[in-house]
Amino acid sequence: MMPESPPLVLEIAMKALPFVAGMMLAGAAVADTPVLAVYAPDYFASDWGPGPGIEAAFEAQCGCDLQYKTGELLPRLLLEGANTEADVAIGFNSDITKKARESGLFAPHGLDTSPLTLPIDWADDTFLPFNYSHTAFIYDNTKVETAPTSFDDLLNAPDDLRLVIQDPRSSISGLALVLWVQNVYGDKAEEAWSKLAPKIVTVTKGWSESYGMFTDGEADMVLSYTTSPAYHIIAEEDLTKSAAIFEDGHYFMVELAAKLKTTDQSDLADQFMGFILSNEFQSMIPTSNWSFPAALAESEWPEGFQSLPTPEKVLFYSEDEAAALRDEAIEAWRRALSQ
Amino acid sequence: MASRLVTISTALIVAGMILLPVTAVLWRGGGFGSLGPADWAALRFTLTQAAVSALFSVVLAIPVARALARRRFWGREALIAVMGAPFILPVIVAILGLLAVFGGRGLINQALAPLGVPRLDIYGFHGVILAHVFFNLPLAVRLLLQGWLAIPAERFRLAASLNAPVWRVLEWPMLKQLVPGAFAVIFVICLGSFAVALTLGGGPRSTTLELAIYQAFRFDFDLGKAATLAVVQLCLGLVAGGIALRFAAKGGMGAGLDRRVARWDGHSIDARLGDVIWIVLAASFLLVPLLAVAVAGAPGLGDMPSLVWSAAGRSLILALGATLLTLALALPLLSRAGEAAALLGISVSGLVLGTGAFLLLQPIIRPADVALPVTMIVNALMALPFVLRILRPGLDSARQDFGHLGAALGLTGWHLWRVVYLPRLRRPLGFAAGLTAALSMGDLGVIMLFADGDSSTLPLQIYRLMGSYQMEAARGAAVLLLGLSLGLFWLFDKGGRSGAEA
Repeated sequence: MMPESPPLVLEIAMKALPFVAGMMLAGAAVADTPVLAVYAPDYFASDWGPGPGIEAAFEAQCGCDLQYKTGELLPRLLLEGANTEADVAIGFNSDITKKARESGLFAPHGLDTSPLTLPIDWADDTFLPFNYSHTAFIYDNTKVETAPTSFDDLLNAPDDLRLVIQDPRSSISGLALVLWVQNVYGDKAEEAWSKLAPKIVTVTKGWSESYGMFTDGEADMVLSYTTSPAYHIIAEEDLTKSAAIFEDGHYFMVELAAKLKTTDQSDLADQFMGFILSNEFQSMIPTSNWSFPAALAESEWPEGFQSLPTPEKVLFYSEDEAAALRDEAIEAWRRALSQ
Repeated sequence: MASRLVTISTALIVAGMILLPVTAVLWRGGGFGSLGPADWAALRFTLTQAAVSALFSVVLAIPVARALARRRFWGREALIAVMGAPFILPVIVAILGLLAVFGGRGLINQALAPLGVPRLDIYGFHGVILAHVFFNLPLAVRLLLQGWLAIPAERFRLAASLNAPVWRVLEWPMLKQLVPGAFAVIFVICLGSFAVALTLGGGPRSTTLELAIYQAFRFDFDLGKAATLAVVQLCLGLVAGGIALRFAAKGGMGAGLDRRVARWDGHSIDARLGDVIWIVLAASFLLVPLLAVAVAGAPGLGDMPSLVWSAAGRSLILALGATLLTLALALPLLSRAGEAAALLGISVSGLVLGTGAFLLLQPIIRPADVALPVTMIVNALMALPFVLRILRPGLDSARQDFGHLGAALGLTGWHLWRVVYLPRLRRPLGFAAGLTAALSMGDLGVIMLFADGDSSTLPLQIYRLMGSYQMEAARGAAVLLLGLSLGLFWLFDKGGRSGAEA
């Protein structure tokens, strides 16, 4: 039956030809399109993060090609210095912006920050918030009957409560936790950690290990964010995960973007920074980054977010305070947990 | 002399590829940084846990390898192949697998709880050792098993006809030759442990040097300190390797006719029972956590996004490339000096190596464009010490036993290799290639600084999925990774053993 069809090689060549031509045309088109290089953490640009949706929406209005470069955000920028290709960097955390600011790599964003809907005042002229959450302990409400309502409650909980947290030396949420404890207990932070220590099953390198242990049932409670239950509610229709809300208040975690001083696409970078505050960008945040949008009225949040319990009081250290307290807070944690 | 030149230049290239990046980081960081008390505590813990982990892995491997060497049973080959799997799992997946068995809510505690036994607590120093033995026992078993299989059948016959004690005249001398090297390799692997030690160790008591390096790099951006710690780690690895290689006794089994015979010893009831117990214990210790990983991942296999498949393809190419490169580097390096140079590869912190490579390449080329080649080279460098450890004992014996014969026949260079050495190295070569391929599948390594969205490997995708709450899909991807790694390992290993009863 072979003679009827062209030889295999020819067939492949015929099929490949339009594809190759298409690639070349696309290459030519790309050459004329300005490229906006956006550095982002790995989770942000991954297909399960907010990156792809934001890229499509921005490209639809900028006539440009937005390209993410992922990896360790700040270390990479600091390594590259003024040679960096980045035009915009997105995904900084407020507890480490001091180091970023001191590098002198970033330019003021020049935007009016009044549309922000954060629970704290924010008037930084360089780092622009795009989403936020609060550190919180997440528990399974079918297993934990009475959740703690304050940090003291948690410290006084029976020692068979199994808690996993992240290491403040390797994880940003772990760092936020030691700053939270520092904020609530001040000089008594080490004592507080000593009381918490018997309940801490273990400390993990990053958030994923901890959260995996929690969903596997190895721990009753995990250090995560007030917005974590929204994922289970919206994506899995699972109502069993809740955040324990403490009356002492919760430590505030905000993620930030900044424009690079060395950008060769200054106008595009400005346009992107402005886009961050737009409703289009902000409304993508909740269900792709599983956190609160930084500039969107609560009435426009998805249903699962509007009904999330949120803390009445928000605790926060400025970058200078965080930098000054960091070593002390980590040391208190380390001493108490090394006993 | 030409081959000598090739050896020296390869050793220099390998050492250069490791030392240059470290130097670059040191230079950029403004020289050596100073170490605080916490760093010294980390150093002490790192050394202790690595020594104890290596000791347990090797000592436990002796009875297991012996049992596997002298028993024949259905599924033996498959068991040996699958037992290699813990070594290649991504750390995060392995941790969850171990906890499913040994954790507070794990199988063991679930089984013991109704009997009124108090809860077994895995977290602590013993947890670190347990996890490291889980990862490294299979490697130790394979390294020693090779030694048993390399004892010529004629020796066993001779011992049998003289009624001589096999353990004292054959097995002990063989172990003396192999154990120090196996210990050194595992010791050096455990020096670099970080996430496993921290999680199973239960907290900051279990801080290793690698964590201090990560902290210096990521939060403090103190490159001088990161490089200093990396140099300390490097020196520890080299010293350990140097000592082990010095102590490793020379081979002296004598030549055989490359035949295998059924062992006549070990037929007593005691010996049989002992072997069965060891095999069952080792198999359950290694396989039950893996089974837990597979069971947890099976539901997620169906809904894995297509990206996982393309990442898997990329990982496969990476693994095959790294295997070729490793073998190409390994053959000229089969000497004591070569092995010492190669030991640098696993002693060095992947993070510092990656940072250094980034610093060196950045002025010349966009790092993202070379992400895959760089990862391939780094994987090859990391696998090289294992490969040499696997190949060298075999080559040394072959040289000693057949070198004169080869010389008498006037065989030199490639002909000597083709006719005499390679056929004798086929089994270890297959094992070495399989291990490299599997290792490169699983290694996240240095790609973190280089990878862009479109050049990610399978392990990186697993971390991404987990970071986005997609635990189920991540578990599925982990099963895929496990399957592919094992498949590669099995193919190469099988290739090396074809036609030989082993």
